[in-house]
Amino acid sequence: MKPAASLLAFTTLSGLGLGLLVFLSLGLPPVSGWGAFAFFAISFLLAGGGLSISALHLGRPERALKAFREWRTSWLSREAWASVTALGLTGLYALPLLFDGPRLWPIGILAAAACIATVMCTGSIYAALRAVPRWHHWSTPAMFVAYAVTGGALLAGQVTMAMALLAATGIAQFLAWRTGDARVARRFGTRNTATGLHGHVRLFERPHTGENYVTEEMVFVVARKHATKLRSIALVLAFALPLVLLALPFSHLLGVAAVLSHAAGVVVARWLFFAEAEHVVGLYYGR
Amino acid sequence: MTDLPETTERKLGLVIDLDICVGCHACVTACKGWNTENYGAPLADDDAYGEEPVGAFLNRVHSFEVTPESGPAQLVHFPRSCLHCDDAPCVTVCPTGASWKRAEDGIVLVNEDECIGCGLCAWACPYGAREMDPSAQVMKKCTLCVDRIDNENLDPIDREPACVRTCPTGARHFGDLGDPESAVSQLVEERGGMDLMPEQGTKPVNKYLPPRPKDEEIDVLAPLLAPVADEPRGFLGWLDKALERMG
Repeated sequence: MKPAASLLAFTTLSGLGLGLLVFLSLGLPPVSGWGAFAFFAISFLLAGGGLSISALHLGRPERALKAFREWRTSWLSREAWASVTALGLTGLYALPLLFDGPRLWPIGILAAAACIATVMCTGSIYAALRAVPRWHHWSTPAMFVAYAVTGGALLAGQVTMAMALLAATGIAQFLAWRTGDARVARRFGTRNTATGLHGHVRLFERPHTGENYVTEEMVFVVARKHATKLRSIALVLAFALPLVLLALPFSHLLGVAAVLSHAAGVVVARWLFFAEAEHVVGLYYGR
Repeated sequence: MTDLPETTERKLGLVIDLDICVGCHACVTACKGWNTENYGAPLADDDAYGEEPVGAFLNRVHSFEVTPESGPAQLVHFPRSCLHCDDAPCVTVCPTGASWKRAEDGIVLVNEDECIGCGLCAWACPYGAREMDPSAQVMKKCTLCVDRIDNENLDPIDREPACVRTCPTGARHFGDLGDPESAVSQLVEERGGMDLMPEQGTKPVNKYLPPRPKDEEIDVLAPLLAPVADEPRGFLGWLDKALERMG
């Protein structure tokens, strides 16, 4: 699938922002006053900014509000509802804290749950697509949540928890790639099932000499050559390097470096998430 | 509403005969023509006369080389369009309700005024049947020419999809696949019509008829046989003689 810049920015930024909001809503760290202002401003910029960038992916962004309608069947619609709920609840929770007011625990817990639900909805949009066997699995939303919570812990300065999550999510990502490869080998149809023809089927001629919407969106093959190298780069940047930086004696500079390295690694991993995902329509195009 | 109907009264769809299709792309052209001049946003082309032309089409014809276990390879022309699936994954993913499946005849349609152009339905379709219009930025797909099949202003003979009406070899058939007595259902029964990518669980309505088995052996002496009609007869014979006489 085509790794559109707007989708990369959206999933990476909103994941980090919502992850940070999970921790802030649970009082980790227990910020208030100006500290609360800074933390919540960063998280709202990331989450809200990411979500608004997602509208850029639309052909008709002026109609974006219609996406709230079909929550009964569509994960994209559920994501819209969950994100508004999450931002609303965290806003409600943050407001008294800005003025050194009371910490509304029940709202905080609900807000954290809504943030996680939003990330789950994002992952489920992809997991619901049977035509992309690499995505069509419960591990897809699980990994989205794991990434968000790990990034959130890092941003919230929860060093011990961040180290544990970095290690766990790194290992989980490695396993998810391995099982994803196996799933593609097992579940991907063949040119025989795609055409119903028997014998050795080879594409003799494409229907058109140039590209079209389908080949550009869904028959993206650039990543496959360097997949192994890029996976290693993603694991090092997103998990290994931040772990080392956090293990060193604490300084704010190292903390910032760990966050930046993690964010860069997440972008690489997310790029691979899209670029490596093979759509079964490729069978009709000889790929 | 993007819930799929439990059942549909009729299951309108196409039956495509891979034995007969010669890959002339007339169906592609007829489809583009009709669906550009009639219902919905016209099927646009970008950079039509430039270096990288890209345009929306609702029907594409691939050509596959098929080599059986024994015997010579064959070329199979393979038209690909929306299969109007009973369990259409493109419909349920739509966040706005723009995608829907008509309960009375099972046709999968897009309400273009409600489409936000997110492209998720095109991702959900295993068959690549949906294409975003490069100008209108809304999703386009085969409508089975709803504006022909129900159109009382057209002659009855024209009340079928443009691709079927235009096919010069009769490789495309249109009808109710939900009625076992219909001509198309009989054809599917007789010729062993098949589903594409059955493993995707989409339950396509459209069926494809496999190429008929070819003769196993080809007589290598056939080219050496004497031609049956060497001497022209009738008008051509007269013309031949007349031209001879002219010297």
